Amino acid sequence: MARIHVPAVLGFYDDADDLMHVAEKARVQEGFKNLDAYSPYPIHGMEEALGLQRSWTSTAARFGLFAGAFLGFSFQSWSSAIDWPVNIGGKPFISWPAWVPITFETGVLLAGFCNLFALLIACGMYPKPKTMILSKRITNDRFVMVIPVTGEEEEKRAIAFLRRHKTLKVKIADRIDKKRERVIFRAVPVEGETTAS
Amino acid sequence: MSLALDPKEQPQLLSPSIKMEQVTDDVLRPMGRFPSLPWHLAFGAAQVLALCLVVPVVYQMFYGLGRFGINQPVGWGVYIVNFVFWIGIGHAGTLISAILFLFRQSWRTSINRSAEAMTIFAVMTAGIFPLVHVGRTWVAYWLIPYPAERELWVNFRSPLLWDVFAVTTYFTISLLFWYQGLIPDWATARDRAKNQFFKKMYSILSFGWTGSVRDWNHYERCYRQFAFLAAPLVLSVHSIVSFDFAVSHIPGWHTTIFPPYFVVGAIFSGFAMVVTLLVIMRKLFQMEHYITMRHMELMNKVILGTSIIMGYSYAAEFYIAWYSGHEYEQFQFLSRPFGLYAIPFWIMVICNVVVPQFFWSKKIRTSILWMFIISILVNVGMWFERFNIFIISLHNDFLPGSWGVYWPTAWDIAVTVGSFGFFFTLFLVFCRVFPVLAIAELKGTLPSPSRGSRLGVGDHAHPDHYAQTDEDEGPGGGGPGGPPRPVEGS
Repeated sequence: MARIHVPAVLGFYDDADDLMHVAEKARVQEGFKNLDAYSPYPIHGMEEALGLQRSWTSTAARFGLFAGAFLGFSFQSWSSAIDWPVNIGGKPFISWPAWVPITFETGVLLAGFCNLFALLIACGMYPKPKTMILSKRITNDRFVMVIPVTGEEEEKRAIAFLRRHKTLKVKIADRIDKKRERVIFRAVPVEGETTAS
Repeated sequence: MSLALDPKEQPQLLSPSIKMEQVTDDVLRPMGRFPSLPWHLAFGAAQVLALCLVVPVVYQMFYGLGRFGINQPVGWGVYIVNFVFWIGIGHAGTLISAILFLFRQSWRTSINRSAEAMTIFAVMTAGIFPLVHVGRTWVAYWLIPYPAERELWVNFRSPLLWDVFAVTTYFTISLLFWYQGLIPDWATARDRAKNQFFKKMYSILSFGWTGSVRDWNHYERCYRQFAFLAAPLVLSVHSIVSFDFAVSHIPGWHTTIFPPYFVVGAIFSGFAMVVTLLVIMRKLFQMEHYITMRHMELMNKVILGTSIIMGYSYAAEFYIAWYSGHEYEQFQFLSRPFGLYAIPFWIMVICNVVVPQFFWSKKIRTSILWMFIISILVNVGMWFERFNIFIISLHNDFLPGSWGVYWPTAWDIAVTVGSFGFFFTLFLVFCRVFPVLAIAELKGTLPSPSRGSRLGVGDHAHPDHYAQTDEDEGPGGGGPGGPPRPVEGS
């Protein structure tokens, strides 16, 4: 399941700067909430424009690093000193300097797994992958601003706002067809006409 | 620091005429069409070479290790030479993907995908050799500490076991890092695929990536963390490989210079291999717009720089041997340039220290033919460097009674040549079925079509007139007028 808020007004752009500009204005000046945007590549400064928080995935990776290192070190100690102590060249059973390389490797290994799974979970792609996309062109060359709206008034305001900002095209994501896992779009109402459906 | 580069800070390497759509098309085109004749020829040649590896390996499983030239005292032969050589090749990929990323070198975006693929395939090739060299390959899993019926654990004090952990971790982390970079590109392939089967497959591979900025936020964070994990990891791997030697007390091995010396050698040979591969790849797949001469030149500069460090390391080794006053060490270093294996030694010095100096000339540095020749010579030199370190040190150590001579037999040479076939087979498959350039990252480094000029509030009467060019969006996009009707999204 994608986190697509509906109904929402969508504005399409072909330039990252336009999107960033609109996103910042929509959030700061117009006060729209739950904004989202879509882009083919990560845009420098976009997190600030949308007011996103720092990703929590770094905590997961750090946890993996320390947990992996701890497990690696304690397993080496346990197997060499407790489970079957073997005297190798008169070295101490817990010869910790010799265990530094493997401790480091197990830490990095677990951190890597935690990192990737944290990414997949944070993006809502694991355990169930996302199945809905807003437009096929997002992964190619389109930038999309998504303004979730609650009522007709806000919808009109969002449409007017996007039109003032050189938007290539405005669309309305009306609802989600859960069965077919698709976003149902609705045409943008003409000025003065009330919204149908 | 983030994955998204600030374009104002970066030197522009790609032509400003390249559009995002063109990047998508150019990179994904080879994945969707029948491969060209040159690809088939290269693939066929690589397969034939790979047989040179497979046949001796299978044969020796029945016959035993005695089939090869290895014996006491040189028990390690070309197996370990090849292992260390291939692990070293892999290091350039991680250097490009992690360390150059942390140093914010935007030119890496054109080459990182193929360099990381090279890392993975080089480590796979390297992994074959110790597995075969253990003799009874079918019980090679005994290297892993698992609760066995023997109840005895592996010896964690042994550098050979550190190696098992270092190499497997390195392989796994490189693979995960590479895969993370691939996720948005699989999504691009998915949204472009016409064939239902491929669409489904790419959609599974991409985990349903949507391109939301919220997801990019997590993505960048994770990418950066992988870089922070991989950067010390890559330095640790070849250091640990060098401990296999440095921790023993054989003359010529027992030196503290080994870890940095191995790491620099790895970067040196790895970059040479990247240059060799990219010269072929950009030609075969017409990627000259993306992998420009400037990229090649920058890599050649890295080769030149590391070559100087290599030369310094060789000199330092000789100096320390003299300075140590250790007569076995001194004998060892006298026998390198003047002993039985003088020819491999001088090949090493000429290929690694002398030949790359030609890169001081801009003309040679920017000539495809010259850089191809030099990069191959560098790899020959680096192979002989491993040969020198391992074979010469083992063949005469302390007691003349335990001296011996080792020359590779035809079988040893076959596995060495065959390993290149195996590697190139994997790499050519990669060129065929993977996006060979990091599409999303590359788009981030393109110049903006309208930087500064289109910003600001425009008062447009009909901004929707653009919609006509937007045929892919479906009919519901809404020009003014027309009855509102529900439309399915794509």
